[in-house]
Amino acid sequence: MSKLQHCALSAAILLAVAGTAHAGATLDAIKQKGFVQCGVSDGLPGFSYTDDKGNVIGIDADFCRAVAAAVFGDATKVKFTPLTAKERFTALQSGEIDVLSRNSTWTSSRDSALGLNFTGVTYYDGQGFLVNKKLGVKSAKELDGAAVCIQAGTTTELNLADYFRTHNMKFTPITYDKSDESAKSLEAGRCDVLTSDQSQLYAQRIKLAAPDDYIVLPEVISKEPLGPVVRHGDDEWFDIVKWTLFAQVNAEELGVTSKNVEQMVKTSTNPDVKRLLGVEGDKGKDLGLPNDWVVKIVKQVGNYGEMFDRNVGEGSPLKIARGLNALWNQGGLQYAPPIR
Amino acid sequence: MSQSTHVPHPDLPPPSASTGVIGWLRANLFSSPLNSALTLLGLYLIWLLLPPALNWLLFKADWSGSDRSACHGEGACWVFIKVRLDQFLYGFFPAEERWRIQLSWLLAVVGAAPLFMKRNPLRMPSALFMLFAYPLIAYGLYTGPLFGLPLVETSQWGGLMLTLTIAVVGIAGSLPGGILLALGRRSKMPIIRSVCVVIIEFWRGVPLITVLFMSSVMLPLFLPEGMNFDKLLRALIGVVLFESAYIAEVVRGGLQAIPKGQYEAADALGLNYPKAMGLIILPQALKLVIPGIVNTMIALFKDTSLVIIIGLYDLLNSIQAAAVDPNWLGFATEGYVFAALMYWVFCFSMSRYSQALERRLHTGHKR
Repeated sequence: MSKLQHCALSAAILLAVAGTAHAGATLDAIKQKGFVQCGVSDGLPGFSYTDDKGNVIGIDADFCRAVAAAVFGDATKVKFTPLTAKERFTALQSGEIDVLSRNSTWTSSRDSALGLNFTGVTYYDGQGFLVNKKLGVKSAKELDGAAVCIQAGTTTELNLADYFRTHNMKFTPITYDKSDESAKSLEAGRCDVLTSDQSQLYAQRIKLAAPDDYIVLPEVISKEPLGPVVRHGDDEWFDIVKWTLFAQVNAEELGVTSKNVEQMVKTSTNPDVKRLLGVEGDKGKDLGLPNDWVVKIVKQVGNYGEMFDRNVGEGSPLKIARGLNALWNQGGLQYAPPIR
Repeated sequence: MSQSTHVPHPDLPPPSASTGVIGWLRANLFSSPLNSALTLLGLYLIWLLLPPALNWLLFKADWSGSDRSACHGEGACWVFIKVRLDQFLYGFFPAEERWRIQLSWLLAVVGAAPLFMKRNPLRMPSALFMLFAYPLIAYGLYTGPLFGLPLVETSQWGGLMLTLTIAVVGIAGSLPGGILLALGRRSKMPIIRSVCVVIIEFWRGVPLITVLFMSSVMLPLFLPEGMNFDKLLRALIGVVLFESAYIAEVVRGGLQAIPKGQYEAADALGLNYPKAMGLIILPQALKLVIPGIVNTMIALFKDTSLVIIIGLYDLLNSIQAAAVDPNWLGFATEGYVFAALMYWVFCFSMSRYSQALERRLHTGHKR
């Protein structure tokens, strides 16, 4: 072995050792301070916003509560830091927050170059179209020649142009700065169709005077998987955040809800449920958590489906259809590795 | 023979067309064909704009209720403001602790009242109280532990309370800072002068939005991990430094307007530098630049809304945050109108106060 190789090897070992010593530091620090510091959006309908009592509501906020429930057994032990789009990754890198749950799209550059880890997908979003029912359009492929309202300066414009070009259609773009303006102009008939991420379209629809006259077309023309993010360098914490979401999805798949979870602990004979709820095995302990971690999550926050329905789905004003976010065995993409 | 004394006829009244309402109208609104045309055009515009505006704001607006169903969509829905008013005023300050903010505001009004009245024996104590005791009391009330109250973190501050806090700290910090920088810039000592020039030109050369942005995005990367400066504190320091530079230039304008004779007179009296400045030069210079200073402060008050980009919930941001609540989507317009009204009330009061101050201090060059 040459001297240089030797040097490199020992440096690598040193780094590895330092790495293992570092693992778990986040969890220890969180346990010591007594709460999970969670970065959320500064206001996005259904994902995180504050109600009139000052509570942070939304699917992103609820995921943070689930993490707190997993770590402390108490979903209220979480503090929220509202972050603007520009601040979010710095806040995570600098250690100001422990987990970022702020409708952030999982892309390769963010996952690698920024030194971050996306732990999963809480919401499969994508660009869609909102049209007036009167138009009689059933599919985006019938939109040839349409006037399209877009928000300026986003990738939305690019995706739209690509989509129309690939399908050999023409369109007239009408660009707006504010989402309020584009909703108004769709209503006034200045454009035939409004395009944005689907989750936004449902929020835009509420702003219209007669929301029921408008539909969101089924086509999704871009991939926007939104998920929670943690820092590089602490794999134990990464695992905890990752498996919190998986546990919620598994709970929905196995029919464990906040209402029946305690019953299930006592009576369920399904081995999958028993392992999930910590009746059998030490799955929680392996993560550095109590074995009943999933019971606490589901009891206090709910399974994935409940979390979805309450914040963005049928139980909320947004009424977003499950679509891509349905479970894998119901035609969606939500799929969690098994707990065993 | 009796002499008849001449009794002059009583004056005829002026022609009815030149007095009263008609006279005023003729003199001011219809004095020439062009003016008449402009008047009619103005009336037409008012007729066009005012009724719909009033209908929306008042007559067709919804005032009572507690949720979205109370809004009928014909006019403004002030229910949204009503439901969220506490949040717009106090942010996320815990409801049971809000009396602390109210108390601090009451103290400010009572404490500062003598300053707004004519000469009275309480002026001096009141000024001393507001300058030295009040900041400490307000700090203690807002944060808590100083008076043995529960801690309220600055992340829970918000709404009008945060806007006022940033504005008041900005004003109180930048005025002395600016005066010192202005004096430094005119100093004969080369090092002090160049330091002041560099500070002023640097801070005046960058937009406030970048200052705030750097304070919240760049600074944390330079600090060791785990060491977190309070976000609000970072923003406050940024605002004070930034505004000091502006005030410094305004004050320097005043200093340059003082004739050289005044400086020489101060020297001739044998006054040292602090006395010459404090007794002779600054009182005259500051009086001259009141409009400039107040201008800067009004701008500062409105600039506080820029903290929106670092995720602080000032008045404007708490309104925007409330407008994305799915239960209240689509009521942003009402929120913005409310914000405009609040900002206008405060800025207009500042402007009126400055005019009163100018009149009171206008002792020298009355024309």
